[in-house]
Amino acid sequence: MPDPILSIRAVSKEFHVGKSRVQAIDDVSLDVFEGECLAIVGESGSGKSTLANMILGLGAPTSGAIRFKNVELPAKRSKLHRRQIQLVQQNPLSALNPRRSIGASLRLALDVHGHGQRADRPDMVAALLKEVGLDPDMATRSPSGLSGGQRQRIAIARALACQSQVVVLDEPTSALDVLVQARVLRLLNALRASRKLTYIFITHDLSVVRNIADRVAVFQKGKLVEIAQTETLFANPTCDYTSTLISAVPVVSPEEVALRDALANVRVF
Amino acid sequence: MRPDLTLDIKNLRLSFRSWSGSTEVLHGIDLSVAPGERVALVGESGSGKSVTSRIVLGTMQDVRHARVSGQVTFEGTDLAKLASVERRALRGREISMIFQDPSSALNPVFRIGDLFHEVLKRRHPKISKGEARQRAAAILQDVSIADAERVLSSYSFQLSGGMNQRVMIAMALINEPRLLLADEPGTALDVTVQAQTLSLMRDLVEQKRTSVLFISHNLGVVREFADRIYVIYRGNIVEHGPTAAIFDAPQHPYTQALLSAIPRLTGGGVPDIEERSLSFNDPMISHGTDI
Repeated sequence: MPDPILSIRAVSKEFHVGKSRVQAIDDVSLDVFEGECLAIVGESGSGKSTLANMILGLGAPTSGAIRFKNVELPAKRSKLHRRQIQLVQQNPLSALNPRRSIGASLRLALDVHGHGQRADRPDMVAALLKEVGLDPDMATRSPSGLSGGQRQRIAIARALACQSQVVVLDEPTSALDVLVQARVLRLLNALRASRKLTYIFITHDLSVVRNIADRVAVFQKGKLVEIAQTETLFANPTCDYTSTLISAVPVVSPEEVALRDALANVRVF
Repeated sequence: MRPDLTLDIKNLRLSFRSWSGSTEVLHGIDLSVAPGERVALVGESGSGKSVTSRIVLGTMQDVRHARVSGQVTFEGTDLAKLASVERRALRGREISMIFQDPSSALNPVFRIGDLFHEVLKRRHPKISKGEARQRAAAILQDVSIADAERVLSSYSFQLSGGMNQRVMIAMALINEPRLLLADEPGTALDVTVQAQTLSLMRDLVEQKRTSVLFISHNLGVVREFADRIYVIYRGNIVEHGPTAAIFDAPQHPYTQALLSAIPRLTGGGVPDIEERSLSFNDPMISHGTDI
């Protein structure tokens, strides 16, 4: 087994809401290996976004440690660490500044991190747009003039601007319709191969997981309840909660119906 | 015109005027919903499915830049012949709507109980607060909310997304409308909650014999809900027919693309879908006779 690029060791996170205590993440340990796509699934409130925030350094764990390439990440991240681990959010419209043109948004990422030579940056912006399948002329337009799929491509381009190595994708396609989703997923697959990226893919849609992830980690109420290779998980889900998630997937073909009914212990729909 | 149909749309066109001329969004749509029937309108974003529901709801006609033509008949009455106030009287009573994001559709400054009172006043102007609360509590039980009293005393932001969605469904059905418009209900929720709310909604409309026009971009979501499906592409209906026929033998290239775009639970990778294809503009395919 190679060394993990990201290693989460006995991490817990508590929030205090008024007088009550919420255990958002409860003693979670997992490894993420270089170049893989690890899907994190679970329903809302299961702690998947809290874990993502801690990986990004947007909140320190109450206990436990997160290591990146065998170095423990501090609570306050250096610019270098922030550059290496980037985020793509669920809703690209609220993730992009509406007053800034697409080009300026991408340029800002380069400027903040001092990436490349000043004079080269306009060309770098154009190259980024091309890489995510958009016309470089689009740089002058504002986010409001773009479709949802185009906006998500911009958000992806921004996450890649500074040669990041790990990308946390927080439900990147759940706000998109199925045709656009298929195109964005293909783009993500292509970028992972060409840039040797590692993905942490947060979602609650197991049909997407089946087609994009190498491994799956299932969360329920802050605990890691199952982690397995995608094939293994779909062949034989060991915990009830995983089969509940599988049973909720909208399916279209008879083969899928058969698979779902075989795996689902409870029928939700 | 068929007075026996709950909703009958004939040659519906919609265009928006702007400074650079007018843009046609719907190019003559025919669609019908029989009493008690559940019909789905499926297409990608920008295809015109949501504006169609806004026209049926009667709000699009009041938009200044919009030009609506064609015939929309609701239980034998031509909506175009009604004044704006008369269309308004239908809303919340005979036609109601469930929106995509329940948390933003509920007014956060009123308690759920007060919102139910407002809705009930649409049909029973003199209903008392106490009686409204009782009836609200009863219908909340129908959508599997056990502690109705707590929900009625809460604000929408104190409830989870799934709970808000059930409240929305209950609110839309409490006045026993003839037609329910559901615009991608539950897309903002996670899959298990979405599946649960859909099955709740199906049971409830079956029990009350409400007709439903269900709008979605995902054919998979409507498979177990709809009796008939219309597929819409850039303002034209490209294929329609009974749900089984659409799934067993999709004929139109666009329907086929829409079906193949859904990631499969059985695996097989992410499909390669063309952005635009000339074949998507092929003439409409109809499975069997119209109802």
